[in-house]
Amino acid sequence: MNAFFDTLISRQDMIQDAFIEHIYLSFVAVAIGIAIALPTGVIIARYRRFAEPVIGVTAIFQTIPSLALFGFLVPILGIGSPTALIALIIYALLPILRNTYAGIVGVDGSTIEAGRGMGMTRTQILRQIELPLALPFIMAGVRTATVLTVGIATLATFVGAGGLGDIIYRGLQSYNNSLVLAGALPVALLAIGFDLILKWIEKRATPKGLKI
Amino acid sequence: MIRFDKVTKRFPDGTEALKDITLDLPARQLTAIIGPSGCGKTTLMKMVNKLENPTAGAIYIDDEPITGMNEVQLRRSIGYVIQRIGLFPHMTIADNVSLVPKLLNWTADKSNERSRELLQLVGLDPDVFMDRYPLELSGGQQQRVGVVRALAGDPNIVLMDEPFSALDPISREQLQDELRHLQQEIHKTIIFVTHDMDEALKIADTIVVMKDGQIEQIGTPQQLIDEPASEFVRNFIGTERINQKRSFGERRLKEFVSLFDKDWAGEAEQADAKLTVGDAHQLLEQSGKPRLAVVDEGQLVGYAGERELLRAALQAGKGAAV
Repeated sequence: MNAFFDTLISRQDMIQDAFIEHIYLSFVAVAIGIAIALPTGVIIARYRRFAEPVIGVTAIFQTIPSLALFGFLVPILGIGSPTALIALIIYALLPILRNTYAGIVGVDGSTIEAGRGMGMTRTQILRQIELPLALPFIMAGVRTATVLTVGIATLATFVGAGGLGDIIYRGLQSYNNSLVLAGALPVALLAIGFDLILKWIEKRATPKGLKI
Repeated sequence: MIRFDKVTKRFPDGTEALKDITLDLPARQLTAIIGPSGCGKTTLMKMVNKLENPTAGAIYIDDEPITGMNEVQLRRSIGYVIQRIGLFPHMTIADNVSLVPKLLNWTADKSNERSRELLQLVGLDPDVFMDRYPLELSGGQQQRVGVVRALAGDPNIVLMDEPFSALDPISREQLQDELRHLQQEIHKTIIFVTHDMDEALKIADTIVVMKDGQIEQIGTPQQLIDEPASEFVRNFIGTERINQKRSFGERRLKEFVSLFDKDWAGEAEQADAKLTVGDAHQLLEQSGKPRLAVVDEGQLVGYAGERELLRAALQAGKGAAV
């Protein structure tokens, strides 16, 4: 145990940098993932015939083992952060996309019909009815994607993109268990922390009228 | 006034929902469109606010064809109440009701005032209900809000698609009564789709009976009962109900005072409350006046027109004491 704290103190700078790198990678990946998946989810909810193929493609990406996906991308994009980011974005897509779609499609048809009959435009229906009612689902998707991304970002080290995976990898190579732990523990805490925070936001995002 | 001119609706799968319908719906009256499911009644109603468009023919509102009208603007000027209520669960009652006024760019004060006034009108205390959410309300209360929401933008026309059919029988009767009273105050052109003949007879000024995309008969409730135009209409009203109407003669007016209007500004023929409902009806017809002023022991107890007598007859038929 002491050895672990010694490692923490002696490698403090390195661990801190890796930690920040890790958060940066996860955060950017999820942010871009939302920027792509949310509008796509909205579009396939409107044009339902595209829903199955689009979700299907992202589901296929999801099934590729993460290490293999990094492996596929290296010959095309080389090593470095962009490669890691793209892989992470691809993983973040499915949960957000699927939940956005399911959230919007799940909005009670009678509320939409009422909105239409009252003279709301499609955009007004989307912004004032569909998105608010789908928000808890969308946030749940973001939460899943974030936790997933934080975990997979550990593998970014293999394409030279840094992150806490670096620490773990180094520890493994040098049979230094303390160092492995110094990398693994923050990853776990990060995942749990994000999960808790996003769970709280998810609750807040549930419209008050639905909590009754 | 709403006019359907040779309106035909064919769906992409080839079914003809409406066949060459020509129909005038009187302004400021409640018209019930009734028929079995699949008869095209809902399709007919939805054409008024362009939720459905005719395959052939045209629809006119106050002699203006709606074909060229912007559908969003048109819908904002027409109230709409649906069967499954369709209140927005994430919005408060106040936000639900003021939605159309907001779309119409009313000031907050004006729409707020209007919402309060209308809630009051359907017996929901604005101070209690404005800040509540739909799911906190009973089904009957929710649909009252649904009706209020449809009236909020002060439309001339209100479309109601089986608005009370999802409610329990007690709430349904209450809301029917309230709609009648409401209509006496607001005088909107209401199109009320229903499959419930009791409901239609109770609330409508005019009933349009439909079958297989065509109109079987148009008439007042009384006309339908007196002279059903076809075997279909007769069956739809129910022989039982027609017989009831014929046997109502035994019950006396004074039993039904609660059904009568308390105020009436127009002409009225004086009638003794001891008259049977049947005799009273005859008296009303002979007098040529729109209402009877019912007098019990020298005291005026209410005004009864054809509708009130009919309702009394229906009640009498049910054997219900009032």
